[in-house]
Amino acid sequence: MTTNPAPTHTTSSDGDAVVVEITDLRKSFGSVEVLTNITTSIKQGEVVCVIGPSGSGKSTLLRCINLLEEPSGGTVLVDGIDVTDPDCDIDRVRSKMGMVFQQFNLFSHLTVLDNCTVAQQVVHKRGKAEAAKIARANLDKVGLAGRTDAFPAQLSGGQQQRVAIARALSMEPELMLFDEPTSALDPELVGEVLAVMRRLASEGMTMIVVTHEMAFAREVADRVIFMDGGVIVEEGHPDRVIGDPQHRRTRTFLKRVLDPTHVDPEIDEDPDGERRSQIKEAELTARAQPHVPDDLKEQRF
Amino acid sequence: MTSPAAAGRVRRLSPRKRAQRIRWVQYAVLVAAVALLIAVADLRQIQKVFFRGDLIVDTLTQGLGRALFNTVIYALGAFVLGLVLGTVLALMRLSSVGPYRWIATVYIEFFRGLPAIIVLLAFGLLPLAFPGLEIPFGIYGTVWSALGIVAAAYMAETIRAGIQAVPKGQVEAARSLGMPAGAATRKIVLPQAFRIVTPPLTNELILVVKDSSLAYIIGLSATSFDLTKYGRDLANTNANLTPLVIAGLCYLLITLPLTFAVRRMEAKSARAR
Repeated sequence: MTTNPAPTHTTSSDGDAVVVEITDLRKSFGSVEVLTNITTSIKQGEVVCVIGPSGSGKSTLLRCINLLEEPSGGTVLVDGIDVTDPDCDIDRVRSKMGMVFQQFNLFSHLTVLDNCTVAQQVVHKRGKAEAAKIARANLDKVGLAGRTDAFPAQLSGGQQQRVAIARALSMEPELMLFDEPTSALDPELVGEVLAVMRRLASEGMTMIVVTHEMAFAREVADRVIFMDGGVIVEEGHPDRVIGDPQHRRTRTFLKRVLDPTHVDPEIDEDPDGERRSQIKEAELTARAQPHVPDDLKEQRF
Repeated sequence: MTSPAAAGRVRRLSPRKRAQRIRWVQYAVLVAAVALLIAVADLRQIQKVFFRGDLIVDTLTQGLGRALFNTVIYALGAFVLGLVLGTVLALMRLSSVGPYRWIATVYIEFFRGLPAIIVLLAFGLLPLAFPGLEIPFGIYGTVWSALGIVAAAYMAETIRAGIQAVPKGQVEAARSLGMPAGAATRKIVLPQAFRIVTPPLTNELILVVKDSSLAYIIGLSATSFDLTKYGRDLANTNANLTPLVIAGLCYLLITLPLTFAVRRMEAKSARAR
């Protein structure tokens, strides 16, 4: 059916299966290198929060995992399958990875229920009734069982994001990727989305969460990765990375995030500021233009 | 309490008052023009040329239904063909495969630049170039292909714009769920794109309805007359414009409800935006 090698769970030292293994990952937009030799792995059931300033490449890292961005070098193994390999059936790998976007990206022409069934029917070839049953169960889980017939535009941002989570869960993924899921929400709506994510984590879902919610990261994450300038500066248990950061850049970042009114005398002589704005700019241009990774570009009918 | 402006010899009007006065003058001119027209015009003569009773009856009974039907069928067939072909061309223009893009661009520029009447004539004479060639559905097929091919060139550009107006996040969401590129296009992108371009496509349909009046150029038999040809023949034989007035009203009979229906459809689908 597929040329992929059978999924082989690589096993780490303490026995848990490794779901994602990233080795020497590099990504450039034009001449700007946004990710530099990223190496890390995520075990089954692990909740990893990726934090870092704007322009640290954290979203790009997430998007490289499901190949929304094509890495410029290195490998990304998901369940032992190398997604950077041109022979890999990326659609199959993606169907095992749910992704939640900052801007929700619900299908605006479909009802809440259809948002959660369309991919099941296309990808898993499920019948309408079966797909709807799974979708309803997941909508119930995110607390939106009563809004199945609504259109996305009729929902609040928090509700839309919860539908997006239910949509991803309906594919019954092994891994969930969250790309700043609460950054586009009004402050009073952040809690309902985080609550859903917290519950998901407690149920043992493997999650990679790019976020600015430090309290959430500290409470829920098994591991926090701090990125800056396209590299992993430090990673480890949240109590250590957030509670007792070892690196100067981590400390500066956390100070700014945790106390935004604090005036930082170093702010104007920040040596990394220029690199960050370069990365941010490269990311933005890459995503704004109809640049589509080759995989998305392929013939459309 | 006198303001400096009011202190002048002529009291200045406030801008709002002045705008109001100007509007009254405009109304007065309009009423005067209509009154003059009525006074000058020979209403009986006008009625005799444009609305002659016996000719109205003749026009209505001699085959207007058939002509109306033909016009609708010509336009509908051409529109459907144009829509399908236009969608394919739009996708080709957005393809990453160079030759697809070039072919689509050449096609669009070629047929947008040609008068529809020339394409129609060419299609009418096509059997001369390809002896033995027979366009299916006879005269209907000929009109459909010619007008559809021209309409496709216009619609392709409209549909392309619609596809590009669908946010990129929609494709990314679809692909991240594991949907293949084709399915994402069919299930997610195109439905939204068509919703966006419904108003300009309605416009295109109305243009096709009117362009169907060019069908006469390939030589129609009485049963395949469209509205214009039908009205014009009757007008010529009677040296009277009444049949053309009726034919004109029939076009409005098609296009006005169409505009209305689409407007309602849009309002209904607005909630799905």
